[in-house]
Parts: sequence; C-alpha cells; structure tokens
Amino acid sequence: MKGANILIESLRKEGVKHIFGYPGGVLIPTFDVLYDTKDIELILTRHEQGAAHAADGYARASGKVGVCIATSGPGATNLITGIATAYMDSIPIVFITGQVPTSLIGNDAFQEADIVGITRPITKHNYLVKDVKDLARIIKEAFHIASTGRPGPVLIDIPKDVTTSEAEFVYPEKAEIRSYNPTTEGNPKQIKKAAEMINAAKRPVIYAGGGVIISEANEELKKFTEKTGIQVTMTLLGLGALKSDHPLSLGMLGMHGTVYANKAISGSDLIISIGARFDDRVTGKLDEFAPHAKIIHIDIDPTSVSKNVGVDIPIVGDAKNVLKLLTAQIKKPSIDDWNKKIETWKKESPLSYEKDSKTIKPQFVIEKLSELTNGEAIIATEVGQHQMWAAQFYNFKNPRTMLTSGGLGTMGYGLPAALGAKFALPDKLVVDIAGDGSIQMNIQELATAVMNKKPVKIIILNNGCLGMVRQWQELFYDKRYASTILSNFDTDPVTAKNDMDYIPDFVKLAEAYGAYGRRVTDPAEVEDALKDMIKRDETCIMEFIISPEENVFPMVPAGAGLTQMIGGMA
Amino acid sequence: MYHTISVLVENHFGVLTSISGLFASRAYNIQSLTVGPTEDKTVSRMTIVVEGDDKIIDQVKKQLNKLIDTLKVIDLTNEEYVDREIALIKVEAGVNERSEIFQVTDVFRGNVVDISHSIMTIEVTGTTKKINAFIDLLKPFKIKEMVRTGRIALGRG
Repeated sequence: MKGANILIESLRKEGVKHIFGYPGGVLIPTFDVLYDTKDIELILTRHEQGAAHAADGYARASGKVGVCIATSGPGATNLITGIATAYMDSIPIVFITGQVPTSLIGNDAFQEADIVGITRPITKHNYLVKDVKDLARIIKEAFHIASTGRPGPVLIDIPKDVTTSEAEFVYPEKAEIRSYNPTTEGNPKQIKKAAEMINAAKRPVIYAGGGVIISEANEELKKFTEKTGIQVTMTLLGLGALKSDHPLSLGMLGMHGTVYANKAISGSDLIISIGARFDDRVTGKLDEFAPHAKIIHIDIDPTSVSKNVGVDIPIVGDAKNVLKLLTAQIKKPSIDDWNKKIETWKKESPLSYEKDSKTIKPQFVIEKLSELTNGEAIIATEVGQHQMWAAQFYNFKNPRTMLTSGGLGTMGYGLPAALGAKFALPDKLVVDIAGDGSIQMNIQELATAVMNKKPVKIIILNNGCLGMVRQWQELFYDKRYASTILSNFDTDPVTAKNDMDYIPDFVKLAEAYGAYGRRVTDPAEVEDALKDMIKRDETCIMEFIISPEENVFPMVPAGAGLTQMIGGMA
Repeated sequence: MYHTISVLVENHFGVLTSISGLFASRAYNIQSLTVGPTEDKTVSRMTIVVEGDDKIIDQVKKQLNKLIDTLKVIDLTNEEYVDREIALIKVEAGVNERSEIFQVTDVFRGNVVDISHSIMTIEVTGTTKKINAFIDLLKPFKIKEMVRTGRIALGRG
C-alpha cells in the first residue's frame, strides 16, 4: 500500500470523520486518496490557521481528537498560531504536514520549512516520518499521545516520497511507548490526606479549571461540591464545569473574575485546585495570592504542580478518578459561617453594568443571548473585551460549550473554532461572540461556513476599537489610544450609526460571502435581532454597535493582588 | 546550587534539540551537557549540570520527565556518585618550560598527547575541581587553547 493510503487507512482506524485542511504541492498524492474517500470529509478552509482552529473547536466541543492537514513550508508555518493555541489549552489535535521529499530535506527546497524544529516547543510531541514503514505506528502513537495524560497537539511531518512509497499496512492494536506512561490514578495516601484536610477546613474554596472539562469530571465535581457545600470558582477554561447559576457557583475568578470569587479565594484557608494551573491571570500578584490558604492541587501534569504557587498536597492524576475517590472519603465540613459570608459578598457585589436605553451595552447583548438560548448554546469567542463579557454574562450550563483561547489569547480563534464545533455537533446552535477587531483576523472562514452550509452565528460587538488594549490605555496610559482605534467614529455611536465611519461594513461583508448580515444600533432591537439570528438556518453576522468606551469590570490591574479590584464593587 | 542530573533518553534524532530547547525556552541555566551511548544502543545518557534553587531544579526534573522521549531522570546530587571530565589543554612550552610542565602533568596523572617545538597538548581526566586546579597551575605558561568535555556521572553501587 502507498504511504498516502496508509495515512488515510490509519485515520479511518482511529475513527476520524472530519479533517480540516488545505492542499499544496507535496500533499497532492494524499489529497488524491482523500478524493475517493467517502467516509472521511476533508473540509477545505480558506487559510491554514482557520483549519487549525477549526480542528481545535471540533476537539473542544466533541472531546474527540481534531485532525488538521496542511502543506509544507508556508502551509505548515500558517498552522503555528493554531498549534500554540491548542498547546496552551491542552487540546488534542493531530496535525499532519506535508514535507519536501526526503532527498531534498535540508536543501532550502521550494516550500521547505523545518516544521518539526519550529513546533518543538509548542507540541506535546512531533515526528518526521523518514520511512513509510514507520508511518502507521507513528500515527497510532500520535493519536495516543494527543489524547491521553494532559492532552495536546502532536505533529506528524510526512515527506512527499513517503506518501508515494509502498509498504505493507499493519495498524498496531496498541501504541507502545515505553517512555510515556501518564499517571491517571491519584495516590491513595495523598487523597486520604487531602480528605482529612478538607474535613478540617473552615474556609475552603474549590478552584476548577479546564482539566475538569477535559477529563469530563463535571458530574463528579457537582457531587463533590454538593456533598461538602464548598463553593466553586472556575477559570476561563473551566466555565461549564459547574453551571454558572448553580447556588454553589462563584463564577470566574481572576483578573476579570467576580468580586466574590476573588474575595473567597483571598480569604480562604484551603484551596482545592482541580485541573487548573494557577495562571498569572488567575492569581494576580503571587505574593498576595490567598495568603492564608493551604493548597491541594489535583492535576494530571506534574509540571503544573508547585510551578507558580507552593502546594501542600499534590495529587497527580486524572480529575475524574481522583474526585470519585476523594468524594467518597469526605464529610461535610462545618463551613456555614464561611458560606454565609460568601453569600453576603455575592449580594453586595454581583456582576453588573450600567443600563442604557440609548446605546447598546455589550453585557446586555450577552445576557439576552444567554436568556434566549437558556445557556445551552455552544459559545466560541475571539479574544478581548467581548471574551470577558461572554465569560461573565453568559450562564454556561454545560461543559464543552465555551470554546475560547485562554492560554495563548489568540484573536481570530472564534470563527473557525465555531465552525469546527458545528461540524462536530451540527444540531447545536453555535455562536461566535466576537469583537470588530478579532473577527477580521480569520473572517475568510465565512466562506467555509457558507459553502458547507454550516450556519454558525456571529455576534460582533462593534465598538470600533481594540477594546481591551484601549481599556488599559484609558486606565493606565492617560487615554493615549495608540493604534487601538479601528474606525473614524467621533466617539458618538449614535451619530456614527449608518455611515462608513465603521470599516468594514460588516453587513455588506456578510452579504459578499453569501451570509446574512444585520446591524443593530437600538437597544430595543437587541432581543428581536438575537431571535432572528437564532432562528435563521444560515450563517449570519449580527453586528451590534456598542458604546465605544465600555470597560470590562471588575478588574484586577496587572501585577496587583486579587483584592485590589477596580470597578464593580458595591 | 549546581545539580548533576542524569537523563536516559530514547536514542532518537531530535532528542538533544528537545532537551536543549527546553532549557533555553524556560531560561534554565545549563553549565554543561554531555550526551553519549549507553550499554543499550537504543538509549542515550545525558549528563546535565544545571544551576538553580530547589524550586527550579524540581521544575527542571519534571519538565525533563514530561518529554515523551525521556525514559528516566536521576538527580545524582543527593546521592553517592562518581563524576569525571576530560580536558585537552594546549600550552605554550619552549624547551625551558617543558620539564616543569611534565612534572605538573605527572602529579595530576595527565598525559602529554602532542608536542612540538613551542607547544604541548595535555590530556587530563578527573573531577571538575581537579581539572580547575590543573588549569590554574598551567596558567603561568600561557594557555593557547582548551577544550573540556563537560561532566559525565554515574551513581555508585
């Protein structure tokens, strides 16, 4: 069998149904095989970065391994941001890149790039296939490595001549990698110690991250929190681990977290961290982070433990396994006073914003969307203010419904990720919440959505600027808006409404791609527009012209402690 | 504090790059790194001397373990171990200096491996400390060139 056939047969063995990709010279033999392959759909994006993020959104929404293919040289380098995004957020994706023939490697050949070298620090593992005999084994290993332990992207670089050479096809039953054995069962002694610590705690808080979503431990988390009465705060990637309106939910913590989550963490005597990694956006200034708290850290990746903060009881293992064992051993600690205190904080400083009848408030749009979809839509976001508003005001009910680039913070992630999710779950409503800056970074994928009749819904919260950076400039750089203004508006969105002060015209842009576009400027029209968007069986852009200087609050300034929040305090 | 860490890795191409890349991208301070074959031809041993406090060293070891091609990471620092390094040192040595250099080399159990009218090249093996002392003694003779292998080490017993 030829290498190209071995590749596709191997993907079939792995149960792959969708590949996001873009062709190129060295990939012609592979695409030629795909041309006759009916049970695996190749989705042609309009840019390789779009393919990478689509595979990412597909993986996050479905829990399956995403697959992405791109050609050598520029095709491969265009994947970089997508690979790094997946790496930072632990998303299982197998990236396949074409490479120039083995005889030309190292010769600065046409469209040659050392993609294995380039991606070494942003992949969980990568391979250059030098011999077609190794191809099937490598694919087996790649899927195994990508999806187990702490998941992550794995890249396989395949020279053209490998795809045209012959070998016998034998697909290994099991990946046998003697040097790779992730620990999934938590150490029982450590779990016992943790249970004792929890039972004795007076002011405990659960801090749940993306690991809970990845290990599908949301039910276990629910049982754990309901049995103990310990409140749960979530990271950006942890949203959906416990539904946002659960009485024991504290919402998100950190830089733009809720006041009460940050107060609870700061005042706690025990933090139970589950699948989270004490990222700087979560902890704020490390010296001032939870000064009185002991820390139990449950994580599958030993390198996450004690990296940023010292940990009292590390438990290396899969969140689901560990939570099951832990819940069985804990009693309800006496924390009524503490929970009462938290309830007071919740009442004192809820997430809020100033209502306005003239100008559309972005928070209002998201609140409405949450209400109309019952918190059950799959939400993808780009990166910036709109992302934080989505995190704050959308009431996530289920895991795997928040697709967002948390670690790398990749603008342009949302639209292709939404598209990927729509391929994985075509019956679900998938909404990309975007800003007018971010959406332009991968806007070309509108074509992919329209052509494939995958109606993703795009909400653009248009403030005519790069809002998050502008917010920092307003607060910390004396309103010097260096290169953050994308429009000609005179800061008055009412007079700027319908003319070309806003560039591009997103309605016309939608139409140019064969999608539906609608611009909304009146707060009274928001609900109708969202209903219209939800109902439509076509890709659409709903553009909401929002107040340009709306800020995301509350906020912990960079480098400050979590208790030094600005805005949003009662 | 310096730690001597022994790492057994799969003998695949690219492993050395992964490891040196790991140190570079996380700004760990490598003092020396050696790599060579072991009794098992599918396995290579790297000996890495790295500087850092306990927290950094802990991360270094975990990060090394995290690499897919890493089989085993052993921090020899707190164990009994033997370590050796080789140096080749080229010194200016005319007829008048030769005998003194021979004497010093003898004391350190080194070997003169090359000699010409004005140059001697000496090989010396030992711990890092011993080699430093030897180099110090040769300094008055003007060292022209020098190369050291970096430390290799094995646990005792």
